[in-house]
Amino acid sequence: MRVLRTLIIKELRQFRRNPFLPKLVVGFPLAIVLILPWIANMDVKGVSVGIVDADRSDVSRRITSHVEASEYLRLHDLYADYPSALADLEDGHIDAILEIPNGFGHSFHATPKRLSIWANGVNAMKGSLGSQYLMQTVMRALPTGSAPTQPSFENSEIVNSPLSIVNYYNPTMDYKHFMIPALMIMLMVMVGGFLPALNLVSEKELGTIEQINVTPVSRLTFTLSKLIPFWVICLLELALCMTLALLVYGLPVAGSVGAIFLAALLFIIVMSSIGVIIANLSDTMQQTMFLMLFVVLSFILLSGLMTPVESMPLWAQHFTRLLPPTYMVEIMRAVYLRGTTVAELSGSYLALAAFALTFATLASFTYRKRG
Amino acid sequence: MENIISVRNLTKQFGAFRAVDNISFDVAQGEIFGFLGANGAGKTTAIRILCGLSRATSGTGSVAGCDIMTQSEDIKRNIGYMCQKFSLYEDLTVLENMELYGGIYGMHRKEILAKAEAMLTELEFWHHRHDLVRSIPAGWRQKLAFTVANLHAPKVIFLDEPTGGVDPLTRRQFWGMIRRAAAAGTTVFVTTHYMDEAALCDRVSIMVDGRIMALGTPEALISKYQVRTMDEVFRTLARNAVRNE
Repeated sequence: MRVLRTLIIKELRQFRRNPFLPKLVVGFPLAIVLILPWIANMDVKGVSVGIVDADRSDVSRRITSHVEASEYLRLHDLYADYPSALADLEDGHIDAILEIPNGFGHSFHATPKRLSIWANGVNAMKGSLGSQYLMQTVMRALPTGSAPTQPSFENSEIVNSPLSIVNYYNPTMDYKHFMIPALMIMLMVMVGGFLPALNLVSEKELGTIEQINVTPVSRLTFTLSKLIPFWVICLLELALCMTLALLVYGLPVAGSVGAIFLAALLFIIVMSSIGVIIANLSDTMQQTMFLMLFVVLSFILLSGLMTPVESMPLWAQHFTRLLPPTYMVEIMRAVYLRGTTVAELSGSYLALAAFALTFATLASFTYRKRG
Repeated sequence: MENIISVRNLTKQFGAFRAVDNISFDVAQGEIFGFLGANGAGKTTAIRILCGLSRATSGTGSVAGCDIMTQSEDIKRNIGYMCQKFSLYEDLTVLENMELYGGIYGMHRKEILAKAEAMLTELEFWHHRHDLVRSIPAGWRQKLAFTVANLHAPKVIFLDEPTGGVDPLTRRQFWGMIRRAAAAGTTVFVTTHYMDEAALCDRVSIMVDGRIMALGTPEALISKYQVRTMDEVFRTLARNAVRNE
């Protein structure tokens, strides 16, 4: 124990003197919570719409004013004909065209003429979501049934609309709420995985590990001395992130904070073990960086951190079951947003624990004191 | 006198390359043993085997009473090691380095402090104990590294080219420290390229192409090869080397 304490004191002293690390460790959680949620955002806003109004009826004017009022759409201009609107679409001035054919308003109660929406699909997300928003806006603008519209009362739109959608657990469909737990996982990947790996391999590069290897320090003690400081830092940062998420975005943990920290501890053990394995297998910082980047990128893209696992091809969905962060993403979102309990998520917790055990064992096997 | 290092038929093979080729020798306790050889002769590989950093392909041996094949971790408790490439953690102070290495060998803080004060005062370096190693000149660093390697009173100290890149005055001071340690009963196993340093050893061995070609006191080797200095002894033997660099 005394040896471990001595080594941890050494790590903390080196950490404190490092010109870069303390700043990174403070700046990273701040960026994670304060800046990234605004950027890593897949809400589509400000879809620029051009309207070709060949109808010029009450109905078409109603549609136009609804588009103007929409929070997601922006009316760029009114066009006399489709070709001039298309030219603007091609130049990138507008994202979607809504064409209201002549006689649309009058024909509405008889055989309806068709409205047309053209959207620029180069940005697939913006194109599909934008045209959907546009369609919904138009639907709302259309009078329902043949009866004249009742004098409006509050929420008339919801009453009139044929569907009523309420989103549980994230009622405002705020993408930030969806992203913040995921970004906290990113933090654990960086601080729990990357930093210990780089720290370990830097001792190799400087040759200082040689000096440690001629001492009776066991490889477990040495590795733990590298990991424990980062585990502590990582959990403190998680607490900081959770506090900031509550203060800045009003996002509390719906479930138990203990459940979050239990999952975080298991996940950090997994990530730091992976970091140690990679550091043990490489000789230079460069090798470690590339290997870690490869692993971390696959984790981010395949774990459901950014895109839902359910929308992946089936074989990829099976593959995600082999990746530790998949379970962490599940747990974090479920506990954070939905208030799910550890018992309900026991499968995911057990999977994380199994990964932690496996990778920690592999990590200790890959460290060789003697060549 | 008792042999603290004893090696028989030690061989280290890397693929087709035989870095250490069937060497045998003994080192007595308290002896300063010079382990000489040109670059690539296999000195560092042999030292790494003795320190438990590398596994021998075949052969037997013991260091401080522990078997080099099976008890490498026990050996580590009884040795100090210092190489030219790395001496101390540069981003720690002198005293912090001593606390680290003392702590690793299980010494108590008070014990470390008392010993550090005695050793650094002797070096006239006590008032610089809070300096970062990074800011200390290379020659001083080597002397401090030796002090740190000697902190836990090991039975054997291995020094792998300890005076590389150090000025002549500091080299002399360094050898003064080596002699004091040996006089106190510590065995010193040292490699060097400086033949004036070789002449200061009790006994030397000269390795050529992985084999020990000569072993004895400097005086005996000089008279055996009928030359005037250790430098000439070395050149006579190394001239026939196949491996170079």
